[in-house]
Amino acid sequence: MSEITPDLVRHLASLSRILVTDEEVATLAGELNVIVDSIAIVTQAVKGDVLATSHPIPMANVFREDVVEPSLTQESALSAAPDSAEGRFRVAAILDEE
Amino acid sequence: MAKEALMPYEQAIEQFEVVIGLEVHVELNTKSKMFCGCANIFGNEPNTNVCPICIGLPGSLPAVNKKAVESSIAIGLALGCQIAPTGRFSRKNYFYPDLAKNFQTSQYDEPIAFEGKINIELEDGVVFEVLIERAHMEEDAGKLTHIGGATGRIQGAEYSLVDYNRAGVPLVEIVTKPVYGAGARAPELAAAYVHAIREIVKSMNVSDARMERGNVRCDANVSLRPHGQAKLGTRTETKNVNSLRSVENAVRYEIQRQAHILANGGTITQETRHWHEDRGYTSAGRPKSDADDYRYFPEPDLVPVQPSLAWIEEIRATLPENPGLRRKRLMEAWGFAELEFRDVVNSDLLDQVEATVAAGAAPQAARKWWTGELARLANSQEVAVQDLSITPAQVAKIQQLIDSGELTDRMARDVVAGVLAGEGDPEAVIEKRGLKVVSDDGALIAAIDEALAKQPDVLEKIREGKVQAAGAVIGAVMQAMRGQVDAARVRELILERAK
Repeated sequence: MSEITPDLVRHLASLSRILVTDEEVATLAGELNVIVDSIAIVTQAVKGDVLATSHPIPMANVFREDVVEPSLTQESALSAAPDSAEGRFRVAAILDEE
Repeated sequence: MAKEALMPYEQAIEQFEVVIGLEVHVELNTKSKMFCGCANIFGNEPNTNVCPICIGLPGSLPAVNKKAVESSIAIGLALGCQIAPTGRFSRKNYFYPDLAKNFQTSQYDEPIAFEGKINIELEDGVVFEVLIERAHMEEDAGKLTHIGGATGRIQGAEYSLVDYNRAGVPLVEIVTKPVYGAGARAPELAAAYVHAIREIVKSMNVSDARMERGNVRCDANVSLRPHGQAKLGTRTETKNVNSLRSVENAVRYEIQRQAHILANGGTITQETRHWHEDRGYTSAGRPKSDADDYRYFPEPDLVPVQPSLAWIEEIRATLPENPGLRRKRLMEAWGFAELEFRDVVNSDLLDQVEATVAAGAAPQAARKWWTGELARLANSQEVAVQDLSITPAQVAKIQQLIDSGELTDRMARDVVAGVLAGEGDPEAVIEKRGLKVVSDDGALIAAIDEALAKQPDVLEKIREGKVQAAGAVIGAVMQAMRGQVDAARVRELILERAK
């Protein structure tokens, strides 16, 4: 039943930009497998007449009107940023072509 | 990176079937953003239209802009799509600083509109049907500026600066199904398609549709396969081709590049490519790999969108006529020559001429005013002719006064000048400026006598058959009467005199 291989854990970690050691990979693979297997068991208990839902409460069409509300000032928007310049957030150059 | 080897275009078309697919992003012109109340405005100081929601601060919760949903439904309907009775938002997860949340809120498995089609007419009248796969709602990303490095581009950049004013601006992404059978005309069709989408969203006023500002952006997929092969070839996706000319050139370039590779036994790498308009070539971006593993999942912070049939029909009722069909209808109704009509279209004066005709002017007269005198005046004032402070109804009124003989052409131009100078309606200008056609022939005949006395040989010349000699006298009379007479009437009286 185990779908979570060490390679998959490494892949997920890389997608999430999280550094993991080999020991952590082994631990995580084990823990994630328990979760996945548990969900598989729950799935078996459900009959075909139950629709998949992404929300526990059946609700739809919650909208806001198209009205402009005050924004942050530039100063406060940047206040929590580790680095900024010229009114903008400053980030490390990431090698990915524009 | 530089240009790669290309196969001559005609040869490429001979050897391969071209299949294209187009993804067009349309930025909506709502007042506020997709999921928060920040203003959706282009060109403000960086990071002044941002809030905890659009810069992804912890604990902030999005709320869907109703108008953006309405505009998205309207676009879907205009493209002949079905509107999904239920749709939801999903998180497209990726780590890149153009969105601070580390995901883009988009739609994945339940787009708001799907299965549409649109007829695209090329310049010579040939029509291609393009099938629409889907149109979905999402948010735009922020703008990155790369600093350092020799070229200012990402390669060699030391750091990047991010402005999140654009992050969260509502976008509708329109995706076509693969388009087959365009052959040599595929590049032209791609550009015509983008043009048509732009025209449609502009006519609906759901987007400012300015390509130079990125309101409408296109990603072009191109693949080739040998004629008769069922399996599609490997495609490349050329990103952000931001002018109609670029779309056409980029598709043409990809056809020639891929044909050269395939004909020499090579294989196409499925990848994202970038178009360099200045030098006319595409270059490889990152290959499709880990980076495109987005791990979509339903956005837990937003509930589904379930437009009622009544709401959809309400939106459908507000749709303007399809711009292409409208042009066809007006061209027939007005009976213009093709060049005359194209002149009106290219000057973006269809609305003005149509409204002037609706107010009672003959189509030709309406056309002449807008593309002639008014265009000239606008040009000399360095404003757009559409922005002149004269209404189609006023133009129609002035034309009506010409038709009834109450104004001469010259006086009519005076009236227009008066209206533009803010002197009021045509009637008020006529009153104020004392512009009235002299209908009392007595004063006119006196003026003709006076002019003839100064040019005694004119009558003799007319009698000899040189009718054009009357011109000099007509000019003198018009001048003496300050233009307030009908030149045709003056001519008539002079010719009578010569009998």
